[in-house]
Amino acid sequence: MLDTAQARPPAPAAHPEPIIEMTDVSISFPGVKALDRVDFRMFPGEVHSLMGENGAGKSTIIKALTGVYGIDEGTITVNGTAVSFAGPAGAQEAGIATVYQEVNLLPNLSVAENIMLGREPRRFGSIHWKAMRARAAELLAQLRLDIDPASLLGSHSLAVQQLIAIARAIDVDARVLILDEPTSSLDADEVAELFRVIKNLKEDGVAILFVSHFLDQIYEITDRLTVLRNGQLVGEYLTEELLRIDLVQKMIGKELATLDDLSTRVKQTANEEDDAAVPSFVVARGLGKRGTIEPIDLTIGEGEVVGLAGLLGSGRTELARLLGGIDRADAGASVTIGGAPTKLRTPRQAISKRIAYSSENRREEGIIGDLTVRDNIILALQADRGWFRRIPKKRQEELTRSYIETLNVRPANPDALVRNLSGGNQQKVLLARWLAIAPRLLILDEPTRGIDIGAKAEIQKLVYSLAENGMSVVFISAEIEEVLRLSHRIAVMRDRRLVADIENDGLTVDELLALIADGSAVDEPELPATTTPQRGDGS
Amino acid sequence: MSTLAPERAPRSEQPAPRRSASRPALVERVRDVFTSPKSGPVLVTAILFVAVFAVGGVRYPAFLSGQVFLNLFVDNAYLIVLAVGMTFVILTGGIDLSVGAVVALSGMIAASLLQSGWSPGVVIPLILVITSVLGLLVGLMIHVFEVQPFIATLAAMFLARGLCYVISQNSISITEPTFVALAVTRIPLGGGLSITPSVVIVLVVIAVAVWVLHFTRFGRTVYAIGGGEHSGMLMGLPVARTKVIVYVISGFCSGLAGVLFTFYTLSGYPLSAIGTELDAIAAVVIGGTLLTGGFGFVLGSVLGVLVLGIIQTIITFEGTLSSWWTRIFIGGLLLVFIILQKVLTSRRR
Repeated sequence: MLDTAQARPPAPAAHPEPIIEMTDVSISFPGVKALDRVDFRMFPGEVHSLMGENGAGKSTIIKALTGVYGIDEGTITVNGTAVSFAGPAGAQEAGIATVYQEVNLLPNLSVAENIMLGREPRRFGSIHWKAMRARAAELLAQLRLDIDPASLLGSHSLAVQQLIAIARAIDVDARVLILDEPTSSLDADEVAELFRVIKNLKEDGVAILFVSHFLDQIYEITDRLTVLRNGQLVGEYLTEELLRIDLVQKMIGKELATLDDLSTRVKQTANEEDDAAVPSFVVARGLGKRGTIEPIDLTIGEGEVVGLAGLLGSGRTELARLLGGIDRADAGASVTIGGAPTKLRTPRQAISKRIAYSSENRREEGIIGDLTVRDNIILALQADRGWFRRIPKKRQEELTRSYIETLNVRPANPDALVRNLSGGNQQKVLLARWLAIAPRLLILDEPTRGIDIGAKAEIQKLVYSLAENGMSVVFISAEIEEVLRLSHRIAVMRDRRLVADIENDGLTVDELLALIADGSAVDEPELPATTTPQRGDGS
Repeated sequence: MSTLAPERAPRSEQPAPRRSASRPALVERVRDVFTSPKSGPVLVTAILFVAVFAVGGVRYPAFLSGQVFLNLFVDNAYLIVLAVGMTFVILTGGIDLSVGAVVALSGMIAASLLQSGWSPGVVIPLILVITSVLGLLVGLMIHVFEVQPFIATLAAMFLARGLCYVISQNSISITEPTFVALAVTRIPLGGGLSITPSVVIVLVVIAVAVWVLHFTRFGRTVYAIGGGEHSGMLMGLPVARTKVIVYVISGFCSGLAGVLFTFYTLSGYPLSAIGTELDAIAAVVIGGTLLTGGFGFVLGSVLGVLVLGIIQTIITFEGTLSSWWTRIFIGGLLLVFIILQKVLTSRRR
């Protein structure tokens, strides 16, 4: 927080004037201040990155720059001229081109059209297809992309589509290129290809905003970083001058000093019954999914709380979704549950093995707002029984009652609509739904996000006591001290790989932060952090 | 910027991982064309059309004549125009249920105004303006209030059908000389073949529609909306305007189809053209346009109408079958085509 007062690093010598300068920009949505007096600038010929956890305001800045959102306060200047964009087209005219994470191109049209759409060469009032394809071929050649401009966009891989989107940006002669998570679904070779293109553009004096969750990539390609937290500016730094560990601390927002007392508390809670012979419940080998996470080996013991630590996008949620049967793992993955080989292809299969996954996306993948507390709680149990064997009304009442009591759901009214409950109580209802099926493995993805401190503590306590009673728990949280406090063992994810899998006996916040940041910390984990396992072959 | 590097073509094998180089290029290309959601369904329809025509020719010697083919256009002129308008709408991922009722309304307006002595030179443009405005209102309703196209056009359908009854409860016949002349005139093509003036209008409509869809920015934006409305918007395309105009085009086409329909029937009747919107949608779908939008051709829709027409013709030639068998065949065909589309689009994922 103090960093805002700190002086900004110097402008690059070659281009001392920023092409984009946002000053004191605020953007509010009902109930949320998404950006709070943030400064942000970009220089020609530099790769700049926005860093921050979920809700930090990265995408809000991008949307302000691309004209999707208007700004409430502050100014944006492009090349020294104040601007206000009327929609995406306005930003494009100002020379700001964007390649979105989900590649917003049109799969049903040709590659050439996707590059040229809106600026097609015309002759006698008709689109001049030949000229259009020729121009597209030229641009593709610049990117060393050897594909037929007349082919359908949808027939190409996501990596190629990404480069096509960049070709479109080059054609508008963009001075500013925004790449929002461009590498999230590319493999190593494809990333290298993208970086080559980025470096070329950089030499041409294009200002590039490169947003990514992958720290390695950030350190490889960027020159300058702006760190945001909760909609506020933490600071602007030169990448080479900011250590990874410092960056992670700035993103997460914990200064070392304030963490000291917490880590002592961790030591007290860690592993009292220090026996390594916990019977394993789930043994996953080579669990991975191409383009999502590298194959991972993970063992979860009975009654064990395994914390998944890592930054957003590190693969922690993706791993949880594979375990919960939400996403399907690649062939070659083997999972045994209680000793028996099992396939986790659908959530239903997972549930039948008593594995419950509680999504981080509470609103869309969790609670059903228009149903009552009771209906939400019995949902999974009823589904598991089959819809023809209705749970008797009396049993429903009992169940709901008991969970409302144990979890202290407020208001304690089984007939209240869930959408009227606070976030914390919605989370409790969601927990109750999964507890009702008596899971043996409960996967909690960000169960404490966006809920108040009281409810947070209750949920933490609950996780603790569930594990005491023999339930295995996979616990994911962006709050690092929470993971440390609850977990017996911590699996650290970084850049879609499992980089460490260690017992939590006396692990400190610093050590864990170091693992999250670059994986080269303390007692060497079981898995080598540097090797890249071959994908999908289930080795 | 990097220079051209012809010796390096590292990406060529990446886009299509399952394509093996050992396969003969022709086989591969043919397979590609048939499994492409763009061209696959149209080709299947074309083959189907030729097959049905051949079957008819084998069974009845009289079937395999140029006039039978031309009569497909003569008899279905209005339906082709409707299908062309519907193609625009469906390409954006929308639907227009109002077209049948608008055809009837156009007929009623024409018949009643001609009856009270208006000149065809005024009546026909007036109809086209009225139906275009109706399309505009529907388009605005869909765009501004974000009403589902299904509901918005359903409302327009009831409105148009209701207005027919406001004009008259009964059939009004048309005796105006120009209309009668247009109805009975045959344009000889030599060799004993002839077409009606309606067919000429239809061919012009088809040509204009093809040009608009394939050679104008508006047309490409129509496809873009079907491919991804949000993406199109982020690419800076005029999505909103295009979405509205598409319904204006459909309205205009319905009006024109209504006029052609009155050339054909020489009367206005409030109950006419009931269910025609569904024929038009069926023709568009059989013609290979994806109901979700983004893929399809005007010529495909024309082919779709011709397939419907030729099934009808074959059943007429058969003589013993009830004409309702046409419906059963169309139903079966639709089912096959929708499944085909599903298969083709899911294979591409």
